[in-house]
Amino acid sequence: MTLQTSSVVTLHINGEKHTLPVDHRTTLLDALRERLDLTGTKKGCDQGQCGACTVLVDGRRTVACLQLAVATEGREVTTIEGVADGDRLHPVQQAFLDLDGYQCGYCTPGQICSAIGMLAEHAAGWPSAASGDVRPAAGPTPLTADEIRERMSGNLCRCSAYTSIVEAVERAAETADSIKAGAPVESGAAA
Amino acid sequence: MTTTVQKAAVRAVGTGHVRVEGRDKVTGAARYAGDIPFTELAYGWLVLSTVARGRIRDIASAPVLEMPGVLAVLDHRNAPRLKTDFVGMMGTRPDPTCAVFQGDTVPHLGWPVALVVAETPEQAREAAEALAVEYETLPHDIEFTGDHPDSRPADGRMPGVTDKGDLQAELTASAVVVDEEYTTPEEHHHPMEPHAATARWEDGRLEVVDSNQGTSWVVSELANLFSLDPASVRVRSEHVGGGFGSKGVRAHQVAAVMAATVLHRPVRVALTRPQMFALAGHRSPTIQRIRLGAYADGRLRALDHRSVSRTATVYEFVEASAGVARVMYDADAHHTENRVVRLDVPSPTFMRGPGEAPGSFALESALDELAEKCGIDPIELRLRNEPGRGPVSGLPFASRNLRACFEEGARRFGWAERDPRPGVRREGRWLLGTGTAAASFPAGAAPSTAAITAEPDGRFTVRISAADIGTGARTALTLVAADALDVPPEQVTVLIGDSEFGFAMIAGGSMGTRSWSMAVIAAARDLRERLVPGMAIPPEGITVRSDTTAQIAALARMERHSYGAQFAEVAVDPATGEVRVRRMLGMFAAGRIVNPLTARSQFTGGMIWGISMALHEEAVRDPAFGGPVGADLAGYHVATHADVPRIEADWVDDTDPDDPVGIKGIGEVGIVGAAAAIANAVWHATGIRHRRLPIRPDRVLTAAGTDA
Repeated sequence: MTLQTSSVVTLHINGEKHTLPVDHRTTLLDALRERLDLTGTKKGCDQGQCGACTVLVDGRRTVACLQLAVATEGREVTTIEGVADGDRLHPVQQAFLDLDGYQCGYCTPGQICSAIGMLAEHAAGWPSAASGDVRPAAGPTPLTADEIRERMSGNLCRCSAYTSIVEAVERAAETADSIKAGAPVESGAAA
Repeated sequence: MTTTVQKAAVRAVGTGHVRVEGRDKVTGAARYAGDIPFTELAYGWLVLSTVARGRIRDIASAPVLEMPGVLAVLDHRNAPRLKTDFVGMMGTRPDPTCAVFQGDTVPHLGWPVALVVAETPEQAREAAEALAVEYETLPHDIEFTGDHPDSRPADGRMPGVTDKGDLQAELTASAVVVDEEYTTPEEHHHPMEPHAATARWEDGRLEVVDSNQGTSWVVSELANLFSLDPASVRVRSEHVGGGFGSKGVRAHQVAAVMAATVLHRPVRVALTRPQMFALAGHRSPTIQRIRLGAYADGRLRALDHRSVSRTATVYEFVEASAGVARVMYDADAHHTENRVVRLDVPSPTFMRGPGEAPGSFALESALDELAEKCGIDPIELRLRNEPGRGPVSGLPFASRNLRACFEEGARRFGWAERDPRPGVRREGRWLLGTGTAAASFPAGAAPSTAAITAEPDGRFTVRISAADIGTGARTALTLVAADALDVPPEQVTVLIGDSEFGFAMIAGGSMGTRSWSMAVIAAARDLRERLVPGMAIPPEGITVRSDTTAQIAALARMERHSYGAQFAEVAVDPATGEVRVRRMLGMFAAGRIVNPLTARSQFTGGMIWGISMALHEEAVRDPAFGGPVGADLAGYHVATHADVPRIEADWVDDTDPDDPVGIKGIGEVGIVGAAAAIANAVWHATGIRHRRLPIRPDRVLTAAGTDA
């Protein structure tokens, strides 16, 4: 008997269905980049350490290099290509553009997807290591610069545009749209 | 159509502009080297040596060639022969690490021994991991010490040794002496985009889609290596995900060209993140001894800066850390020396602020120690030692506005209120301190060519084989061209990253924007002379080319540098050893600032590299197996969001009326002095000197109560 090493899967990417055979070893990242020509999602380390390949899977931040394509069937994937509303940039994208929240741009799709996911997590009441009193009675944790820094620390930027990335996320957070745009996150669920 | 040149209402240079390719970068539309699709693309995967020194006995290709999808295994037995006996565009011989598969000798761990090519990346990776390579292992030496018997003075890009005056006599006569050793570790560039290249042959021409810091450079190296006519080689590199000195010619481009040649189809080779530790170059560790002798008022009588760095056995690169003293401070007796020792390690190379970054850590720390010993404010000490001419060259400074940087920086940082005593400020569990340091980096220029076309629709197209590695060069050149043509920037399209546009300087040495701007301005001037109002523009447009070779040769010999004053405030927890940078300010004198929006990003980016250098980055090479421990981004720490506070960078006026463009480089000066400012702040917080980077928590803890 020959071992089956590939399967036909249907991936839901940015609201579109793609049915294709994939090698079982293929990561979501390589499926996006090499099979679907969605190269906006970048490969920075291929081992879950840099955040460059961050996408949203069912609204949650996911590093696509550690996610097998075959395990993504039936889940809703949003990549950087699916973040804008047609020609209208997502507020996080617009803030990165206006405030120079990048330099070489390679970590940028991951930073933007991560920021969108992070804003939704924060809106859903998830605490972080930077949060103070997290008891429900203390009310929602304000999204301070330190909160953003802590929550975005899985996304490396070697050009070190961190100062303006944080400013961009702060500006975007002031826009209600950016929180709505992140898909729903269950309150209290673990990351 | 006739010319209707719309005059620009305001100058573009000097006002903030978002990056012209910014929208593509925030939407994922910008295509980097590994993003561009090719039909019939095959994937190469490099196999690196697992021994630190030895000889390849056998490579078991046959079973791997039977694996699914495998197309070829290239190694020293079957790879095309390369020519390596040449001096390239940057004035150096090719790094043998790049001239892959030419012999069975293994000079360091991670040496490329084979390339496996397959139909898919998964197949290539599995086959590469299955490839059995048998070695004859030889003993290796990677232990780097300051007194290694084989260390010797080395020239590199500058003379190895400079010497004037009687050092010993001046030291003996000095009222105050500092004599200390400072060390910096092996550091790695790690741009976020790993190196990737796709090579293909089409109609007898070689095309390489690459991620590099200069397409002209890569063309010339590949043409030399493969004995090709440079005119038959085209290299494109439109978007580059960071470089920092690591993206020249590397093993992957050469391997991709070999595979494309053998297989007659496009082949992509990308480095993995762990492979970059061996193949992308790195900054050598340094061991530096500084001796300062001063009069009681702090003026220097003696300055001795000696640095030892490490290079590979097969390639010499000198981390010229003692060079910074040749620019910054004069003394009656002045000695600087760069030494190098060859060990069984991968080839080091330029890394952001080469020489100046580690050199300024040592020198600017020593100045702080001298200030402490003299009881003089560290800024005042530096101002008392401002040289009137180049301390070694004797040449005049083109502009040296370091004093203005310190004065304006001190004002904004609140330096006047600083209590100089160390270890006296507490806030809860934290000890607080502030520190400062000076920065400089050469402002060079190199010959480049550019073409500008006046289009029939009234627009202008600039073509130059510049590289935008995140610097904002594409946008900066758009603004420079707009002003030179006297039109709004919206009417200018700048095309870069293609060797077809002719020879140009690389994005390196903080020389890119300065060099390219000269070429663009020269072409624009000539084009404006050709364009008479009302004249008809033919459909193909009117194109003018420039070449700045003569202009640059005619530049007067002067000391040309960017300067800066770095300020840092830190908090140190003596119970955990944690050091947090609370704020930083950098004031720079760096010529005409073309685009304030992106310039600020470059300065702060460099300063954050300084945080990373001061507190995080360190590749620890295991003497037993010869490689770095934890060779990935979890083991090699670079600063991330949570490490970085608000960083402020700004600049003072720095005009040089005699300079043809007035633009200096800003890519590197931001890191220079930043680590020293942080280390000096740690001393101010705790009273303990840290002369060994990075200032890790364990080092803070073990240093407590001692003088590190």
